[in-house]
Amino acid sequence: MEPVIEVVSVTRQFRHLTAVDQVSFAVPEGACFGLLGPNGAGKTTTIEIMEGIQRPTQGHVLYFGRAMQARQLYQDIGIQFQHTALQDHLTVRDTLRLFASLYQRCMPMDDLLGLCSLHEFADRDTRTLSGGQRQRLLLALALVNDPHIVFLDEPTSGLDPQARQHFWSLIESIRARGKTIIMTTHYMEEAQQLCDDIAIMDRGRIIARGAPDALLAEHFSGAMVRLDDAVVPESLLARYGGQRQDSHLRFQTTEVESLIAELIRQGVPLGHLEVQPPNLNDLFLQLTGYALRA
Amino acid sequence: MSLRRFLAVLRARNLEFMRDRSTLIWNIAFPVILIAGFALIFGNSNPVFKVGILSAQDAYVSQPQVTRSEQVGTIPYVSQSDALAALRRHQVHLVLDVDQRLYWINETSREGQVLEELLAFHDPEYRRRLIGGLEVRYVDWAMPGVLAMNIMFACLFGVGYVLVRYRKNGVLKRLRATPLSTLEFLAAHMASRLVLVMAVSAALLLGGMALLDIVMVGSFWLLAFIGLLGTLCLISLGLLIATRSRSEELTGGLINFSTWPMIFLSGAWFSIEGAPYWLQLLAEALPLTHIVEAARMVMLDAASLAEVQYHLSMLALMAAVFLSLGVLLFNWESDHR
Repeated sequence: MEPVIEVVSVTRQFRHLTAVDQVSFAVPEGACFGLLGPNGAGKTTTIEIMEGIQRPTQGHVLYFGRAMQARQLYQDIGIQFQHTALQDHLTVRDTLRLFASLYQRCMPMDDLLGLCSLHEFADRDTRTLSGGQRQRLLLALALVNDPHIVFLDEPTSGLDPQARQHFWSLIESIRARGKTIIMTTHYMEEAQQLCDDIAIMDRGRIIARGAPDALLAEHFSGAMVRLDDAVVPESLLARYGGQRQDSHLRFQTTEVESLIAELIRQGVPLGHLEVQPPNLNDLFLQLTGYALRA
Repeated sequence: MSLRRFLAVLRARNLEFMRDRSTLIWNIAFPVILIAGFALIFGNSNPVFKVGILSAQDAYVSQPQVTRSEQVGTIPYVSQSDALAALRRHQVHLVLDVDQRLYWINETSREGQVLEELLAFHDPEYRRRLIGGLEVRYVDWAMPGVLAMNIMFACLFGVGYVLVRYRKNGVLKRLRATPLSTLEFLAAHMASRLVLVMAVSAALLLGGMALLDIVMVGSFWLLAFIGLLGTLCLISLGLLIATRSRSEELTGGLINFSTWPMIFLSGAWFSIEGAPYWLQLLAEALPLTHIVEAARMVMLDAASLAEVQYHLSMLALMAAVFLSLGVLLFNWESDHR
């Protein structure tokens, strides 16, 4: 499938910091693409270069196979920034009307309110919205021009689990309309749930790229077993691929039953034992040697 | 430039302003407080006396006793009509013709009455002349200054502060990520403020005329044009001050830095005739000076367009410079990532 957006050897240098270092990737039409990584990895800088907000020091970005001026580009894309304030004293409807007037093409107001579950708050001052309601309004602003590509920068950052789940279902329904979604997140479960293509970034570089399941299958076999740090013989750690991490022990093994039996035999307390399939957090740890944290 | 986008931003800005009750009330209350306070303070202040001197010879050879006090400043005039015009407009409190031993006073001037008593005591040979024409009280003389100062504060703080707040909290960054152009955005904000300031100024003037019987003998259209150009000039100055700043504190400091010289040197509250030449030159470079002077000429002397042309040209020139620099240097970036 032809890429809707292609990032070609992009570097962004600030005074003494290389925020993005020779990054290249392409996103096919209709994909939900996730840029993952810890804070400071270069995700926001990369997505802002794709949005035309920042200029790369080197490299370029192609949209539908060609370079575009920002003004032209903004007719076709929708953006939800990580931090956005809105004009005070305007209602949800006023704010949507303002943004709708800025574009040549726009989604009908009722559709937009319905899609983002905003009908109930349409006439409320935006300053009185809860965190989840506000994020849904910001999403609606990103969709107001019925864009081909939607950029979401840390869209659920700071939301409670219920609001996050609700937001995820909104993103699913937007995707079902055939939009290409490009998002950054440091929530691994968010990427795993929503994205069919991810790039993991660390220190300005892409360290892994592919579909989440394919990446996990490539780097892991078996399950992850976690338990509180305890006195466990080194031979057991070596045999079952165990690692100490902070105050935990983490095993990556295909012999889960055998490992648990051995731990019981050694008298290791199993009060906090967890057995899970490997996730993207484990992948990040494996690739970088340190854990991914919010 | 898209009219649709311009009108959308204009509407949103107007809604924001009208719904911000405290700011709205303050914008209406401030000029009222200003004029009430001004009447209270300046009506009872200690007079600083200014005497205009007409003399073909060196006036100091036969300097009247009354002008020797440290509280009395003298301003020489060559033309009697200029001196009397200044007296009529409260720029001087008494005019003395040293050669002919004549003096003129404006009977509405408290300072003039005090000086007349002193003159009668120290220099009784001087004969009294009354100035003719329309009676102009201090409040009439000061009203153009009140209007101009209100325009100045509303423009500098209303535009500068709002833009910096928008930049700081990311509103500008969000709007930038739309097809909205810098010109459309700034034009809408300037238009919103222009309409507001003109409406408040008109209300202030009409209120002053109704309640204080303020003198207005000139053309309302010309006065409105001076207000429009002056407002545009000061909005542009506000834009220039806020064009790159991300700090409300810094912007507040810069606005204060630009308003204080204008308050003191523009002639809004008191005439700077007789002040050092360099100070008068500095006053010429301030927009408020030209607004006050042109408005005063129209309101008190029924000046024509040709007579205020110089002031209008200066305002247009300054507006063009401030606006060009403001638009060219305008920065959308916020502190947020």
